[in-house]
Amino acid sequence: MLYNEPNPLETRVLTKRFGIPNSEKAEVYVANGGYQAFLKATGMPPEKIIEEVKVSNLRGRGGAGFPTGLKWSFVPRTSPKPKYLICNADESEPGTCKDRLLMEYDPHQLIEGMLIGGLAVDSHKGYIYIRGEYRYLITMMEHAIDDAYAHGWLGKNIQGTGFDFDLYVHTGAGAYECGEETALLDSIEGKRGVPRMKPPFPAVAGAWGCPTLLNNVETYSAVPNIIRDGGAAFAALGTPKNGGTRLVCLSGHVNKPGVYEIPLGYPMLEFIEKFGGGVRGGKKLKAVIPGGSSCPVLTASECDIIMDYDTLAKAGSMLGSGGMVVIDEDTCMVKAALRIMRFYAHESCGWCVPCREGTTWLRKMLQRFHDGMGQASDIPIIGQVSKNMLGRTFCALGDAAAMPTISIVEKFREEFEAHLDGRPCPYEHKPAMALA
Amino acid sequence: MTFSPALEARFAKLLTIYPEGRQRSAVVPMLMYAQDEVGCVTRELVEEVARRCGVQPMQVDEVIGYYSMLHTKPLGKYHIQVCTNISCLLTGGEELYEHAKKTLGIGNKEVTPDGLFSLEEVECMGACSWAPAVEVNYDFHHHVTCEKLDRLIEDLRKLK
Ligand SMILES: Cc1cc2nc3c(=O)[nH]c(=O)nc-3n(C[C@H](O)[C@H](O)[C@H](O)COP(=O)(O)O)c2cc1C
Ligand code: FES
Repeated sequence: MLYNEPNPLETRVLTKRFGIPNSEKAEVYVANGGYQAFLKATGMPPEKIIEEVKVSNLRGRGGAGFPTGLKWSFVPRTSPKPKYLICNADESEPGTCKDRLLMEYDPHQLIEGMLIGGLAVDSHKGYIYIRGEYRYLITMMEHAIDDAYAHGWLGKNIQGTGFDFDLYVHTGAGAYECGEETALLDSIEGKRGVPRMKPPFPAVAGAWGCPTLLNNVETYSAVPNIIRDGGAAFAALGTPKNGGTRLVCLSGHVNKPGVYEIPLGYPMLEFIEKFGGGVRGGKKLKAVIPGGSSCPVLTASECDIIMDYDTLAKAGSMLGSGGMVVIDEDTCMVKAALRIMRFYAHESCGWCVPCREGTTWLRKMLQRFHDGMGQASDIPIIGQVSKNMLGRTFCALGDAAAMPTISIVEKFREEFEAHLDGRPCPYEHKPAMALA
Repeated sequence: MTFSPALEARFAKLLTIYPEGRQRSAVVPMLMYAQDEVGCVTRELVEEVARRCGVQPMQVDEVIGYYSMLHTKPLGKYHIQVCTNISCLLTGGEELYEHAKKTLGIGNKEVTPDGLFSLEEVECMGACSWAPAVEVNYDFHHHVTCEKLDRLIEDLRKLK
Protein backbone atom coordinates (compact mmCIF):
# COMPACT_ATOMS: atom_id res chain seq x y z
CA MET A 1 0.00 0.00 0.00
CA LEU A 2 1.33 3.42 -0.91
CA TYR A 3 1.49 6.12 1.76
CA ASN A 4 -0.43 8.62 -0.32
CA GLU A 5 -2.59 8.46 -3.41
CA PRO A 6 -0.51 8.96 -6.55
CA ASN A 7 -1.64 11.88 -8.70
CA PRO A 8 -2.57 11.22 -12.34
CA LEU A 9 -0.57 14.29 -13.33
CA GLU A 10 2.69 12.73 -12.17
CA THR A 11 5.43 11.87 -14.65
CA ARG A 12 6.31 8.44 -13.38
CA VAL A 13 9.82 7.50 -14.37
CA LEU A 14 11.50 6.46 -11.12
CA THR A 15 8.20 5.60 -9.49
CA LYS A 16 6.60 3.74 -12.39
CA ARG A 17 6.88 0.39 -10.63
CA PHE A 18 5.63 1.67 -7.27
CA GLY A 19 2.84 -0.47 -5.95
CA ILE A 20 3.78 -3.70 -7.72
CA PRO A 21 3.66 -6.42 -5.06
CA ASN A 22 6.82 -8.32 -4.02
CA SER A 23 9.13 -5.56 -5.18
CA GLU A 24 12.01 -7.12 -3.23
CA LYS A 25 12.02 -10.07 -5.65
CA ALA A 26 14.51 -9.82 -8.49
CA GLU A 27 12.18 -11.82 -10.74
CA VAL A 28 9.40 -9.28 -10.29
CA TYR A 29 11.82 -6.51 -11.20
CA VAL A 30 13.01 -8.37 -14.29
CA ALA A 31 9.43 -9.13 -15.33
CA ASN A 32 8.80 -5.37 -15.26
CA GLY A 33 11.72 -4.38 -17.43
CA GLY A 34 14.35 -4.39 -14.71
CA TYR A 35 18.09 -5.08 -15.06
CA GLN A 36 17.93 -4.53 -18.83
CA ALA A 37 19.83 -1.25 -18.47
CA PHE A 38 22.60 -3.01 -16.59
CA LEU A 39 22.92 -5.62 -19.34
CA LYS A 40 23.00 -2.85 -21.91
CA ALA A 41 25.68 -1.03 -19.91
CA THR A 42 27.91 -4.11 -19.80
CA GLY A 43 28.21 -3.72 -23.56
CA MET A 44 29.17 -0.05 -23.33
CA PRO A 45 32.64 1.35 -22.70
CA PRO A 46 32.71 3.08 -19.26
CA GLU A 47 33.32 6.46 -20.89
CA LYS A 48 30.11 6.01 -22.84
CA ILE A 49 28.13 5.23 -19.68
CA ILE A 50 29.46 8.38 -18.03
CA GLU A 51 28.73 10.33 -21.21
CA GLU A 52 25.08 9.20 -21.16
CA VAL A 53 24.76 10.32 -17.55
CA LYS A 54 26.29 13.66 -18.47
CA VAL A 55 23.91 14.07 -21.40
CA SER A 56 20.96 13.31 -19.13
CA ASN A 57 21.68 16.46 -17.09
CA LEU A 58 21.01 14.44 -13.96
CA ARG A 59 22.01 16.41 -10.89
CA GLY A 60 22.52 15.05 -7.39
CA ARG A 61 19.24 14.60 -5.56
CA GLY A 62 20.84 14.60 -2.09
CA GLY A 63 20.77 18.36 -1.79
CA ALA A 64 23.68 20.02 -3.53
CA GLY A 65 22.53 19.34 -7.10
CA PHE A 66 26.00 18.61 -8.42
CA PRO A 67 26.03 17.23 -12.01
CA THR A 68 26.17 13.47 -11.58
CA GLY A 69 28.02 12.57 -14.79
CA LEU A 70 30.74 15.05 -13.95
CA LYS A 71 31.12 13.56 -10.48
CA TRP A 72 31.41 10.08 -12.00
CA SER A 73 34.16 11.31 -14.30
CA PHE A 74 36.22 12.49 -11.31
CA VAL A 75 36.74 8.94 -10.01
CA PRO A 76 40.15 7.75 -11.20
CA ARG A 77 38.94 4.48 -12.69
CA THR A 78 42.42 3.26 -13.53
CA SER A 79 43.67 3.75 -9.95
CA PRO A 80 45.28 0.55 -8.64
CA LYS A 81 43.42 1.04 -5.34
CA PRO A 82 40.03 -0.58 -4.84
CA LYS A 83 37.21 1.81 -5.61
CA TYR A 84 34.03 1.90 -3.55
CA LEU A 85 30.49 2.85 -4.32
CA ILE A 86 28.42 4.35 -1.55
CA CYS A 87 24.75 5.17 -1.56
CA ASN A 88 23.65 7.89 0.79
CA ALA A 89 20.38 6.72 2.31
CA ASP A 90 20.73 8.75 5.48
CA GLU A 91 17.72 10.87 4.47
CA SER A 92 17.54 13.26 7.42
CA GLU A 93 17.01 16.70 5.95
CA PRO A 94 13.76 17.87 7.58
CA GLY A 95 10.96 17.75 5.02
CA THR A 96 12.47 14.87 3.04
CA CYS A 97 10.91 11.41 2.81
CA LYS A 98 11.46 10.10 -0.72
CA ASP A 99 14.50 7.81 -0.53
CA ARG A 100 12.43 5.73 1.81
CA LEU A 101 9.88 5.09 -0.93
CA LEU A 102 12.50 4.32 -3.57
CA MET A 103 13.98 1.62 -1.34
CA GLU A 104 10.64 0.26 -0.21
CA TYR A 105 8.88 0.11 -3.58
CA ASP A 106 11.71 -0.46 -6.02
CA PRO A 107 14.86 -1.67 -4.25
CA HIS A 108 16.23 -3.38 -7.35
CA GLN A 109 16.13 -0.13 -9.31
CA LEU A 110 18.61 1.22 -6.76
CA ILE A 111 20.71 -1.94 -6.95
CA GLU A 112 20.75 -1.70 -10.73
CA GLY A 113 21.75 1.96 -10.60
CA MET A 114 24.66 1.08 -8.33
CA LEU A 115 25.69 -1.79 -10.61
CA ILE A 116 25.87 0.65 -13.51
CA GLY A 117 27.86 3.04 -11.34
CA GLY A 118 30.22 0.17 -10.57
CA LEU A 119 30.71 -0.50 -14.28
CA ALA A 120 31.36 3.19 -14.92
CA VAL A 121 34.07 3.67 -12.32
CA ASP A 122 35.39 0.11 -12.15
CA SER A 123 34.20 -0.56 -8.62
CA HIS A 124 33.29 -3.98 -7.32
CA LYS A 125 32.01 -3.22 -3.86
CA GLY A 126 29.21 -1.00 -2.70
CA TYR A 127 27.53 0.01 0.53
CA ILE A 128 24.14 1.52 1.16
CA TYR A 129 24.29 3.70 4.26
CA ILE A 130 20.75 3.72 5.65
CA ARG A 131 19.72 5.81 8.63
CA GLY A 132 19.15 3.73 11.75
CA GLU A 133 15.52 4.80 12.14
CA TYR A 134 14.77 3.02 8.85
CA ARG A 135 15.33 -0.43 10.33
CA TYR A 136 12.42 -1.94 8.40
CA LEU A 137 14.01 -0.68 5.18
CA ILE A 138 17.37 -2.09 6.13
CA THR A 139 15.66 -5.46 6.46
CA MET A 140 13.82 -5.01 3.16
CA MET A 141 16.96 -3.89 1.37
CA GLU A 142 18.81 -6.91 2.77
CA HIS A 143 16.11 -9.19 1.42
CA ALA A 144 16.29 -7.55 -1.99
CA ILE A 145 20.09 -7.87 -2.03
CA ASP A 146 19.92 -11.53 -0.96
CA ASP A 147 17.45 -12.17 -3.75
CA ALA A 148 19.67 -10.39 -6.27
CA TYR A 149 22.54 -12.67 -5.24
CA ALA A 150 20.30 -15.72 -5.46
CA HIS A 151 19.34 -14.81 -9.03
CA GLY A 152 22.80 -13.88 -10.17
CA TRP A 153 22.34 -10.10 -10.26
CA LEU A 154 25.02 -9.57 -7.62
CA GLY A 155 28.19 -11.48 -6.78
CA LYS A 156 30.73 -13.03 -9.08
CA ASN A 157 30.43 -12.99 -12.87
CA ILE A 158 26.99 -11.40 -12.89
CA GLN A 159 24.78 -13.07 -15.56
CA GLY A 160 27.92 -14.35 -17.26
CA THR A 161 29.12 -10.84 -18.08
CA GLY A 162 32.38 -11.26 -16.19
CA PHE A 163 31.52 -8.32 -13.93
CA ASP A 164 31.73 -8.85 -10.16
CA PHE A 165 29.92 -6.68 -7.67
CA ASP A 166 29.18 -7.09 -3.97
CA LEU A 167 26.65 -4.91 -2.23
CA TYR A 168 26.02 -4.46 1.49
CA VAL A 169 23.87 -2.43 3.81
CA HIS A 170 25.36 -0.36 6.63
CA THR A 171 23.12 1.02 9.37
CA GLY A 172 23.46 4.52 10.75
CA ALA A 173 22.60 5.18 14.37
CA GLY A 174 20.90 8.54 14.55
CA ALA A 175 22.91 11.55 13.38
CA TYR A 176 21.86 14.07 10.73
CA GLU A 177 25.47 15.05 10.21
CA CYS A 178 26.26 11.58 8.86
CA GLY A 179 24.32 12.52 5.72
CA GLU A 180 27.14 14.91 4.86
CA GLU A 181 29.30 12.89 2.54
CA THR A 182 32.64 13.09 4.36
CA ALA A 183 31.06 12.65 7.80
CA LEU A 184 29.32 9.61 6.32
CA LEU A 185 32.71 8.23 5.34
CA ASP A 186 34.05 8.61 8.88
CA SER A 187 30.87 7.04 10.15
CA ILE A 188 31.14 4.02 7.86
CA GLU A 189 34.73 3.62 9.08
CA GLY A 190 33.35 3.17 12.60
CA LYS A 191 34.12 6.59 13.94
CA ARG A 192 32.14 9.61 15.09
CA GLY A 193 30.65 11.23 12.02
CA VAL A 194 32.61 14.45 11.71
CA PRO A 195 33.30 16.06 8.35
CA ARG A 196 36.67 15.91 6.63
CA MET A 197 38.66 18.68 5.07
CA LYS A 198 37.98 18.95 1.31
CA PRO A 199 39.87 18.52 -0.98
CA PRO A 200 40.59 15.70 -1.38
CA PHE A 201 37.04 14.93 -2.44
CA PRO A 202 35.61 11.45 -1.87
CA ALA A 203 35.98 10.66 -5.59
CA VAL A 204 39.74 10.67 -5.04
CA ALA A 205 40.13 9.75 -1.37
CA GLY A 206 36.93 8.50 0.19
CA ALA A 207 36.08 5.39 2.15
CA TRP A 208 39.18 3.86 3.77
CA GLY A 209 41.28 6.34 1.80
CA CYS A 210 40.22 4.89 -1.56
CA PRO A 211 38.43 6.51 -4.51
CA THR A 212 34.72 6.51 -3.74
CA LEU A 213 31.64 7.32 -5.75
CA LEU A 214 28.97 8.64 -3.43
CA ASN A 215 25.44 9.46 -4.52
CA ASN A 216 21.99 9.79 -3.09
CA VAL A 217 19.38 7.00 -3.42
CA GLU A 218 17.31 8.94 -5.94
CA THR A 219 20.36 9.80 -8.01
CA TYR A 220 21.38 6.15 -8.41
CA SER A 221 17.75 5.14 -8.95
CA ALA A 222 17.51 7.49 -11.94
CA VAL A 223 20.46 5.86 -13.70
CA PRO A 224 18.82 2.67 -15.08
CA ASN A 225 16.20 4.84 -16.80
CA ILE A 226 18.92 6.98 -18.33
CA ILE A 227 20.88 4.05 -19.70
CA ARG A 228 17.80 2.23 -20.93
CA ASP A 229 16.14 5.15 -22.75
CA GLY A 230 19.21 7.28 -23.36
CA GLY A 231 20.46 10.39 -21.60
CA ALA A 232 18.78 12.71 -24.08
CA ALA A 233 15.31 11.33 -23.31
CA PHE A 234 15.82 11.92 -19.59
CA ALA A 235 17.21 15.40 -20.19
CA ALA A 236 14.22 16.27 -22.37
CA LEU A 237 11.84 15.72 -19.45
CA GLY A 238 13.29 18.69 -17.59
CA THR A 239 14.70 22.11 -18.41
CA PRO A 240 18.17 22.91 -19.82
CA LYS A 241 20.89 21.71 -17.39
CA ASN A 242 18.16 20.29 -15.12
CA GLY A 243 17.35 16.89 -16.51
CA GLY A 244 14.60 14.47 -15.69
CA THR A 245 12.02 14.16 -12.98
CA ARG A 246 12.32 14.22 -9.26
CA LEU A 247 10.35 13.10 -6.26
CA VAL A 248 9.02 16.11 -4.42
CA CYS A 249 8.01 15.55 -0.80
CA LEU A 250 5.11 17.91 -0.24
CA SER A 251 4.30 18.53 3.41
CA GLY A 252 2.87 21.12 5.76
CA HIS A 253 -0.35 23.02 5.27
CA VAL A 254 -1.75 21.47 2.11
CA ASN A 255 -4.85 19.38 1.60
CA LYS A 256 -3.03 16.47 -0.01
CA PRO A 257 0.50 16.16 1.27
CA GLY A 258 2.50 13.38 -0.32
CA VAL A 259 5.48 12.41 -2.42
CA TYR A 260 4.91 13.11 -6.11
CA GLU A 261 7.19 12.65 -9.11
CA ILE A 262 7.24 15.65 -11.42
CA PRO A 263 9.56 16.89 -14.16
CA LEU A 264 12.11 19.53 -13.25
CA GLY A 265 10.74 22.91 -14.20
CA TYR A 266 7.19 22.33 -12.96
CA PRO A 267 5.57 25.57 -11.74
CA MET A 268 5.56 25.76 -7.95
CA LEU A 269 2.15 27.32 -7.35
CA GLU A 270 0.54 24.97 -9.83
CA PHE A 271 2.15 22.07 -7.97
CA ILE A 272 0.72 23.24 -4.66
CA GLU A 273 -2.73 23.57 -6.25
CA LYS A 274 -2.89 20.55 -8.53
CA PHE A 275 -0.99 18.07 -6.39
CA GLY A 276 -1.38 19.48 -2.92
CA GLY A 277 -5.01 20.43 -3.43
CA GLY A 278 -4.20 23.95 -2.29
CA VAL A 279 -3.56 25.34 1.16
CA ARG A 280 -5.49 23.59 3.90
CA GLY A 281 -8.69 25.10 5.24
CA GLY A 282 -8.87 27.68 2.45
CA LYS A 283 -6.12 29.65 4.20
CA LYS A 284 -3.69 31.94 2.44
CA LEU A 285 -0.18 30.86 1.60
CA LYS A 286 2.47 32.59 3.69
CA ALA A 287 5.72 30.91 2.77
CA VAL A 288 7.33 27.86 1.19
CA ILE A 289 10.49 26.03 2.14
CA PRO A 290 11.33 24.67 -1.32
CA GLY A 291 13.77 21.84 -0.67
CA GLY A 292 14.32 20.85 2.94
CA SER A 293 14.71 22.99 6.05
CA SER A 294 18.18 24.22 5.10
CA CYS A 295 16.84 26.21 2.15
CA PRO A 296 16.08 29.92 2.36
CA VAL A 297 12.34 30.44 2.76
CA LEU A 298 10.32 31.95 -0.08
CA THR A 299 7.42 34.32 0.64
CA ALA A 300 4.12 33.62 -1.10
CA SER A 301 4.81 36.35 -3.63
CA GLU A 302 8.14 34.74 -4.56
CA CYS A 303 6.57 31.37 -5.35
CA ASP A 304 5.42 32.14 -8.86
CA ILE A 305 8.40 30.32 -10.37
CA ILE A 306 9.24 27.01 -11.96
CA MET A 307 11.08 24.42 -9.90
CA ASP A 308 14.53 23.63 -11.17
CA TYR A 309 17.95 24.12 -9.60
CA ASP A 310 18.88 27.23 -11.53
CA THR A 311 15.55 29.03 -11.15
CA LEU A 312 15.53 28.40 -7.41
CA ALA A 313 19.10 29.65 -7.15
CA LYS A 314 18.10 32.80 -9.01
CA ALA A 315 15.25 33.26 -6.55
CA GLY A 316 17.84 33.15 -3.74
CA SER A 317 16.95 29.68 -2.54
CA MET A 318 17.63 26.05 -3.44
CA LEU A 319 15.86 23.01 -4.79
CA GLY A 320 17.79 21.03 -2.17
CA SER A 321 16.59 17.56 -1.28
CA GLY A 322 13.06 17.90 -2.63
CA GLY A 323 11.44 18.45 0.76
CA MET A 324 8.87 21.14 0.07
CA VAL A 325 7.13 22.56 3.12
CA VAL A 326 4.06 24.74 2.66
CA ILE A 327 3.34 27.26 5.41
CA ASP A 328 -0.02 29.02 5.83
CA GLU A 329 -0.91 32.50 7.05
CA ASP A 330 -1.57 31.36 10.64
CA THR A 331 1.98 30.19 11.24
CA CYS A 332 4.42 32.07 13.42
CA MET A 333 7.62 32.43 11.43
CA VAL A 334 9.64 33.13 14.59
CA LYS A 335 8.53 29.77 15.87
CA ALA A 336 9.38 28.13 12.54
CA ALA A 337 12.85 29.71 12.66
CA LEU A 338 13.27 28.55 16.25
CA ARG A 339 12.28 24.96 15.50
CA ILE A 340 14.61 24.82 12.53
CA MET A 341 17.47 26.20 14.61
CA ARG A 342 16.77 23.80 17.47
CA PHE A 343 17.32 21.02 14.97
CA TYR A 344 20.63 22.32 13.65
CA ALA A 345 21.92 23.11 17.14
CA HIS A 346 21.06 19.58 18.21
CA GLU A 347 22.66 18.04 15.14
CA SER A 348 25.82 20.15 14.94
CA CYS A 349 28.61 17.65 15.45
CA GLY A 350 30.65 20.22 17.37
CA TRP A 351 33.72 19.76 15.24
CA CYS A 352 34.06 23.39 14.24
CA VAL A 353 33.45 26.39 16.45
CA PRO A 354 31.33 28.71 14.24
CA CYS A 355 28.70 26.02 13.75
CA ARG A 356 28.70 24.63 17.28
CA GLU A 357 28.60 28.03 18.98
CA GLY A 358 26.59 29.81 16.31
CA THR A 359 23.72 27.35 16.25
CA THR A 360 23.59 27.20 20.05
CA TRP A 361 23.48 30.98 20.48
CA LEU A 362 20.95 31.38 17.72
CA ARG A 363 18.73 28.76 19.30
CA LYS A 364 18.89 30.59 22.62
CA MET A 365 18.21 33.97 21.05
CA LEU A 366 15.28 32.70 19.01
CA GLN A 367 13.84 30.94 22.03
CA ARG A 368 14.09 34.10 24.09
CA PHE A 369 12.45 36.02 21.29
CA HIS A 370 9.59 33.64 20.92
CA ASP A 371 9.10 33.67 24.70
CA GLY A 372 8.47 37.42 24.46
CA MET A 373 11.75 38.56 25.97
CA GLY A 374 13.46 39.64 22.78
CA GLN A 375 14.82 43.11 22.23
CA ALA A 376 14.73 45.11 19.03
CA SER A 377 18.51 44.98 18.87
CA ASP A 378 18.39 41.16 18.82
CA ILE A 379 16.84 41.14 15.36
CA PRO A 380 19.92 42.33 13.46
CA ILE A 381 22.15 40.25 15.76
CA ILE A 382 20.32 37.06 14.78
CA GLY A 383 20.95 37.96 11.16
CA GLN A 384 24.59 38.81 11.78
CA VAL A 385 25.44 35.71 13.77
CA SER A 386 23.90 33.62 11.00
CA LYS A 387 25.87 35.42 8.32
CA ASN A 388 29.05 34.86 10.30
CA MET A 389 28.58 31.10 10.03
CA LEU A 390 28.16 31.17 6.26
CA GLY A 391 31.11 29.60 4.50
CA ARG A 392 33.15 29.39 7.70
CA THR A 393 32.55 25.79 8.63
CA PHE A 394 34.06 22.43 7.63
CA CYS A 395 30.81 21.22 6.12
CA ALA A 396 27.60 22.83 4.98
CA LEU A 397 25.67 22.22 8.21
CA GLY A 398 26.57 25.74 9.33
CA ASP A 399 25.21 27.13 6.07
CA ALA A 400 22.16 24.91 6.38
CA ALA A 401 21.38 26.52 9.73
CA ALA A 402 22.21 30.05 8.64
CA MET A 403 20.36 30.24 5.32
CA PRO A 404 16.76 29.71 6.46
CA THR A 405 17.35 31.96 9.47
CA ILE A 406 18.73 34.83 7.43
CA SER A 407 15.81 34.59 5.03
CA ILE A 408 13.20 34.52 7.78
CA VAL A 409 14.73 37.50 9.58
CA GLU A 410 14.92 39.48 6.36
CA LYS A 411 11.54 38.58 4.94
CA PHE A 412 9.44 38.38 8.09
CA ARG A 413 10.98 41.08 10.22
CA GLU A 414 7.57 42.41 11.22
CA GLU A 415 6.79 39.07 12.88
CA PHE A 416 9.86 39.44 15.05
CA GLU A 417 8.76 42.96 15.91
CA ALA A 418 5.31 41.69 16.84
CA HIS A 419 6.94 39.63 19.61
CA LEU A 420 8.69 42.64 21.20
CA ASP A 421 7.90 44.30 24.54
CA GLY A 422 6.66 41.15 26.20
CA ARG A 423 3.75 40.75 23.78
CA PRO A 424 2.55 37.17 23.53
CA CYS A 425 3.10 35.35 20.25
CA PRO A 426 0.26 36.55 18.01
CA TYR A 427 -0.21 33.07 16.61
CA GLU A 428 -0.16 31.06 19.81
CA HIS A 429 -3.94 30.69 19.99
CA LYS A 430 -3.93 28.88 16.66
CA PRO A 431 -2.86 25.36 17.42
CA ALA A 432 -1.83 23.36 14.38
CA MET A 433 -3.98 20.44 15.43
CA ALA A 434 -7.20 22.44 15.17
CA LEU A 435 -6.69 22.44 11.45
CA ALA A 436 -6.20 18.72 11.09
CA MET B 1 29.10 -12.83 25.77
CA THR B 2 26.93 -14.95 23.56
CA PHE B 3 23.98 -13.80 21.56
CA SER B 4 21.06 -15.41 19.79
CA PRO B 5 22.00 -17.50 16.74
CA ALA B 6 20.47 -14.89 14.44
CA LEU B 7 22.56 -12.12 15.95
CA GLU B 8 25.70 -14.27 15.94
CA ALA B 9 25.12 -14.89 12.23
CA ARG B 10 24.71 -11.16 11.63
CA PHE B 11 27.92 -10.44 13.53
CA ALA B 12 29.83 -13.07 11.60
CA LYS B 13 28.67 -11.52 8.34
CA LEU B 14 29.42 -7.98 9.50
CA LEU B 15 33.04 -8.92 10.08
CA THR B 16 33.38 -10.02 6.46
CA ILE B 17 31.73 -7.19 4.56
CA TYR B 18 34.30 -4.44 5.17
CA PRO B 19 37.77 -4.45 3.63
CA GLU B 20 40.45 -6.54 5.28
CA GLY B 21 41.71 -4.89 8.46
CA ARG B 22 38.81 -2.42 8.56
CA GLN B 23 36.60 -4.31 11.00
CA ARG B 24 36.22 -1.17 13.09
CA SER B 25 33.47 -0.36 10.57
CA ALA B 26 31.33 -3.04 12.19
CA VAL B 27 31.29 -1.32 15.60
CA VAL B 28 28.17 0.83 15.15
CA PRO B 29 26.08 -1.82 13.35
CA MET B 30 26.98 -4.37 16.04
CA LEU B 31 25.98 -1.99 18.82
CA MET B 32 22.74 -1.12 17.06
CA TYR B 33 21.64 -4.71 16.71
CA ALA B 34 23.04 -5.94 20.02
CA GLN B 35 21.38 -3.26 22.12
CA ASP B 36 17.98 -4.51 20.97
CA GLU B 37 18.79 -7.92 22.38
CA VAL B 38 20.76 -6.89 25.48
CA GLY B 39 18.44 -3.99 26.34
CA CYS B 40 21.06 -1.27 26.08
CA VAL B 41 24.76 -0.75 25.49
CA THR B 42 26.26 -2.21 28.67
CA ARG B 43 29.91 -2.15 29.75
CA GLU B 44 30.15 -5.81 28.95
CA LEU B 45 28.77 -5.22 25.46
CA VAL B 46 31.26 -2.44 24.80
CA GLU B 47 34.11 -4.75 25.65
CA GLU B 48 32.68 -7.61 23.66
CA VAL B 49 32.19 -5.48 20.53
CA ALA B 50 35.68 -4.03 20.95
CA ARG B 51 37.13 -7.52 21.18
CA ARG B 52 35.25 -8.80 18.15
CA CYS B 53 36.17 -5.81 16.00
CA GLY B 54 39.76 -5.69 17.19
CA VAL B 55 39.60 -2.16 18.57
CA GLN B 56 40.11 -0.58 21.99
CA PRO B 57 37.01 -0.30 24.22
CA MET B 58 37.66 3.43 24.26
CA GLN B 59 37.13 3.55 20.50
CA VAL B 60 33.72 2.01 21.07
CA ASP B 61 32.93 4.44 23.90
CA GLU B 62 33.81 7.27 21.57
CA VAL B 63 30.98 6.53 19.17
CA ILE B 64 28.35 5.84 21.81
CA GLY B 65 28.18 9.46 22.90
CA TYR B 66 27.86 10.59 19.30
CA TYR B 67 24.95 8.58 17.92
CA SER B 68 21.55 9.40 19.34
CA MET B 69 20.16 5.90 18.84
CA LEU B 70 22.76 4.18 21.01
CA HIS B 71 21.51 3.97 24.59
CA THR B 72 23.51 3.15 27.70
CA LYS B 73 20.35 2.90 29.82
CA PRO B 74 17.43 0.62 29.03
CA LEU B 75 14.49 2.18 27.23
CA GLY B 76 10.91 1.17 27.79
CA LYS B 77 9.73 -1.97 26.06
CA TYR B 78 7.94 0.40 23.70
CA HIS B 79 10.00 3.44 22.88
CA ILE B 80 7.64 6.14 21.64
CA GLN B 81 9.35 8.70 19.46
CA VAL B 82 7.36 11.78 18.53
CA CYS B 83 8.67 14.05 15.80
CA THR B 84 8.24 17.78 16.36
CA ASN B 85 10.37 18.96 13.46
CA ILE B 86 9.06 21.40 10.90
CA SER B 87 6.54 19.34 8.88
CA CYS B 88 5.24 17.65 12.01
CA LEU B 89 5.22 20.94 13.91
CA LEU B 90 2.96 22.45 11.25
CA THR B 91 0.51 19.58 11.50
CA GLY B 92 0.28 19.13 15.25
CA GLY B 93 3.46 17.31 16.28
CA GLU B 94 4.00 19.54 19.27
CA GLU B 95 0.49 19.04 20.61
CA LEU B 96 0.97 15.33 20.07
CA TYR B 97 4.20 15.31 22.04
CA GLU B 98 2.63 17.27 24.93
CA HIS B 99 -0.28 14.85 24.89
CA ALA B 100 2.08 11.85 25.00
CA LYS B 101 3.87 13.33 28.01
CA LYS B 102 0.57 13.72 29.85
CA THR B 103 -0.80 10.31 28.90
CA LEU B 104 2.36 8.47 29.85
CA GLY B 105 3.17 10.71 32.81
CA ILE B 106 6.82 10.96 31.80
CA GLY B 107 9.09 13.52 30.17
CA ASN B 108 11.63 13.41 27.40
CA LYS B 109 13.87 10.33 27.51
CA GLU B 110 12.13 9.00 30.62
CA VAL B 111 10.77 5.52 31.26
CA THR B 112 7.47 4.64 32.96
CA PRO B 113 7.92 2.91 36.35
CA ASP B 114 6.68 -0.40 34.93
CA GLY B 115 9.34 -0.20 32.22
CA LEU B 116 6.71 -0.56 29.52
CA PHE B 117 7.06 2.85 27.82
CA SER B 118 9.69 5.45 27.21
CA LEU B 119 9.24 8.74 25.38
CA GLU B 120 11.49 10.80 23.20
CA GLU B 121 10.99 14.02 21.26
CA VAL B 122 12.84 13.29 18.02
CA GLU B 123 13.99 15.13 14.95
CA CYS B 124 12.66 14.52 11.45
CA MET B 125 12.40 10.81 10.79
CA GLY B 126 11.51 10.87 7.12
CA ALA B 127 7.74 10.82 7.32
CA CYS B 128 7.12 14.50 6.64
CA SER B 129 4.53 14.04 3.90
CA TRP B 130 2.47 11.85 6.22
CA ALA B 131 2.91 14.01 9.30
CA PRO B 132 2.59 14.13 12.19
CA ALA B 133 4.60 10.98 12.66
CA VAL B 134 5.46 8.72 15.55
CA GLU B 135 7.83 5.77 15.60
CA VAL B 136 7.35 3.05 18.20
CA ASN B 137 10.58 1.13 18.36
CA TYR B 138 11.05 0.65 14.62
CA ASP B 139 7.42 0.91 13.53
CA PHE B 140 6.23 4.04 11.78
CA HIS B 141 2.81 5.55 12.42
CA HIS B 142 1.59 8.27 10.08
CA HIS B 143 -1.05 11.00 10.35
CA VAL B 144 -1.17 10.46 14.10
CA THR B 145 -3.75 12.31 16.18
CA CYS B 146 -4.03 12.44 19.98
CA GLU B 147 -6.88 9.91 19.82
CA LYS B 148 -4.90 7.58 17.58
CA LEU B 149 -1.94 7.81 19.93
CA ASP B 150 -4.13 6.98 22.94
CA ARG B 151 -5.49 3.94 21.14
CA LEU B 152 -2.00 2.85 20.17
CA ILE B 153 -0.77 3.14 23.75
CA GLU B 154 -3.80 1.21 25.02
CA ASP B 155 -3.18 -1.57 22.49
CA LEU B 156 0.47 -1.82 23.47
CA ARG B 157 -0.49 -1.94 27.16
CA LYS B 158 -2.75 -4.91 26.45
CA LEU B 159 -0.05 -6.63 24.46
CA LYS B 160 2.42 -6.05 27.30
C1 LIG C 1 24.65 18.47 6.98
C2 LIG C 1 24.40 17.73 5.69
C3 LIG C 1 23.51 16.67 5.67
C4 LIG C 1 23.28 15.96 4.49
N1 LIG C 1 22.39 14.92 4.51
C5 LIG C 1 22.19 14.20 3.38
C6 LIG C 1 21.31 13.09 3.37
O1 LIG C 1 20.70 12.75 4.38
N2 LIG C 1 21.17 12.38 2.21
C7 LIG C 1 21.85 12.72 1.07
O2 LIG C 1 21.72 12.04 0.06
N3 LIG C 1 22.68 13.78 1.05
C8 LIG C 1 22.88 14.52 2.17
N4 LIG C 1 23.75 15.57 2.14
C9 LIG C 1 24.48 15.86 0.88
C10 LIG C 1 25.72 14.99 0.77
O3 LIG C 1 26.80 15.63 1.41
C11 LIG C 1 26.11 14.75 -0.67
O4 LIG C 1 26.19 15.97 -1.35
C12 LIG C 1 25.18 13.85 -1.45
O5 LIG C 1 24.87 12.68 -0.75
C13 LIG C 1 25.83 13.50 -2.77
O6 LIG C 1 24.96 12.74 -3.57
P1 LIG C 1 24.25 13.35 -4.85
O7 LIG C 1 25.30 14.04 -5.68
O8 LIG C 1 23.68 12.19 -5.52
O9 LIG C 1 23.24 14.32 -4.34
C14 LIG C 1 23.97 16.32 3.31
C15 LIG C 1 24.83 17.41 3.33
C16 LIG C 1 25.04 18.11 4.51
C17 LIG C 1 25.99 19.27 4.49
S1 FES D 1 9.37 16.61 10.09
FE1 FES D 1 8.49 15.01 11.25
S2 FES D 1 9.00 13.32 10.02
FE2 FES D 1 9.96 14.92 8.91
